[in-house]
Amino acid sequence: MTAMVKSEGVHKSFGPVEVLKGIDLEVKQGEVFCLIGPSGSGKSTFLRCINHLEKINAGRLYVDGQLVGYRQKGDKLYELKDSEVALQRRDIGMVFQRFNLFPHMTALENVMEAPVQVKGASRAQARERAGELLEKVGLADKAKNYPSQLSGGQQQRVAIARALAMDPKLMLFDEPTSALDPELVGDVLDVMRDLAESGMTMVVVTHEMGFAREVGDSLVFMDGGVVVESGNPRDVLTNPQHERTQAFLSKVL
Amino acid sequence: MTDKFEKEPADATPPVSKEASSSAAAASVAPEAIKAIPVRHWGRYVSAVIVLALVGLLVNAFATADKIQWSAVGDYVFDDTVLKGAGRTLLISVLAMIMGVVLGVILAVMRLSKNPVTSWVAWVYIWFFRGTPVYVQLLLWFNLALIFPMLNLGPIYKDEMVDVMTPFMAALLGLGLNEAAYMAEICRAGLLAVDEGQTEASHALGMSHAKTLRRIVIPQAMRVIVPPTGNEFINMLKTSSLVYAVTYNELLRATSTIGSTSYAVMEMLFVACIWYLVMTSVFSVFQFYLERRFARGSSRNLPPTPWQKIRVNMMAFSRERGNTA
Repeated sequence: MTAMVKSEGVHKSFGPVEVLKGIDLEVKQGEVFCLIGPSGSGKSTFLRCINHLEKINAGRLYVDGQLVGYRQKGDKLYELKDSEVALQRRDIGMVFQRFNLFPHMTALENVMEAPVQVKGASRAQARERAGELLEKVGLADKAKNYPSQLSGGQQQRVAIARALAMDPKLMLFDEPTSALDPELVGDVLDVMRDLAESGMTMVVVTHEMGFAREVGDSLVFMDGGVVVESGNPRDVLTNPQHERTQAFLSKVL
Repeated sequence: MTDKFEKEPADATPPVSKEASSSAAAASVAPEAIKAIPVRHWGRYVSAVIVLALVGLLVNAFATADKIQWSAVGDYVFDDTVLKGAGRTLLISVLAMIMGVVLGVILAVMRLSKNPVTSWVAWVYIWFFRGTPVYVQLLLWFNLALIFPMLNLGPIYKDEMVDVMTPFMAALLGLGLNEAAYMAEICRAGLLAVDEGQTEASHALGMSHAKTLRRIVIPQAMRVIVPPTGNEFINMLKTSSLVYAVTYNELLRATSTIGSTSYAVMEMLFVACIWYLVMTSVFSVFQFYLERRFARGSSRNLPPTPWQKIRVNMMAFSRERGNTA
């Protein structure tokens, strides 16, 4: 199996604060890869590095065999132009904790925006595809609503449809259910479960241990900017080896 | 859309109230409605009388003053010279405003750019044009020929400055460049008001900086930018009277010229007031609809237009009558 994401000694600092202290991991094609850990452990930052929303300070990060954000010639690294970075991001969908839907567009227009603007799809084509995607996430009847007229769970499902509209080969989820009422979490997780079954490669930062256990293929526990423990989610969650993992899980489970 | 939303609660209320009242009736007898004598606010009556009396005196003073020739006001409101002056006021205000908005957006983007040179240049521009009075700036443009007798733009353009810097050009440059400085600050505030998550989401979808700005950030910034810009335009309509100083023949200059030859100085100023009020009032209505357009998506229901308000009130009225009948 080929690696969709490959991280070699990734470091990231915000000023004097070192948030990632050398992350080594590999996400295989078609797998659901869960990142768990206490807040401030660097899991969201790592996720944002994968599509170059954050620049890494050291190490190498590859998506589908391509170096993210840089081009290597010999032993020299060249920064990619904005347009080249944008080209890389087209294939990586991202779902945010705070949804970040475009509030001045309807649900349908939100989903249509990137295919029309980035891929140059015709409006009719994009509209049809957007309609299909909204139906897939169970929101066909909300196509004409503005985000402010939707519940949090509905907004997050539109956000997933928006990311899928670019036909990504990799989906990043940054705590997709953390800003939702407990009642609404299930709908979003159902959509993610369907997506996982369809074979999408997913990297999920989450606090939903149930989802990780059921759907996850791999799991990494991060703390203080390093990977503490990794393995099969069912093994790690039921039988954590590391002391820090045990302490964390005893609090959240 | 809005119709659908307005109707829903109206349809939904009757059954709810019926249930509530039936359950209340079942629980106990309805309590007697309170009939109390309201508190009398004597102070309100007194102040109303005083204010009305003062307004009456003021109106009376103007209406009965022998020296005011009200007929002259009527005669000159639609005078050709006055209408042309009002037209020029509108023209110079609109053109200066367009110049201000376009330059203002450019300056705001320059000011926010990561390039220290462009950011610094924009800062100095804003510092100068906001720090000096418009009146002085108008005179500076008007008298530019004193220090630069020739306008020489190399191979592109060359002419005598006095021919280039007509009253119209001095007025346009004076008002427009000054406005740009204010618009830059308004636009900058608007751009900064858009959540950073919007830019991130757009970038994550593979959209370029320029597209993100044009499709995502600016439309949302408009909601913050439009209301103060409307105020700026209303201000501009009035500030444009300062171009009197550079001999541009706008409304104030047109009316004053008539006033000084016909000895109806005050009357002609009244005429000017009427036209300024007409223009600012008409634009205020226009601004209401513009703000409504850019509020899309920010609130669940858009505020109703005056016309919609009337229609809803009429419908509510007829429904009430229908119920009682």
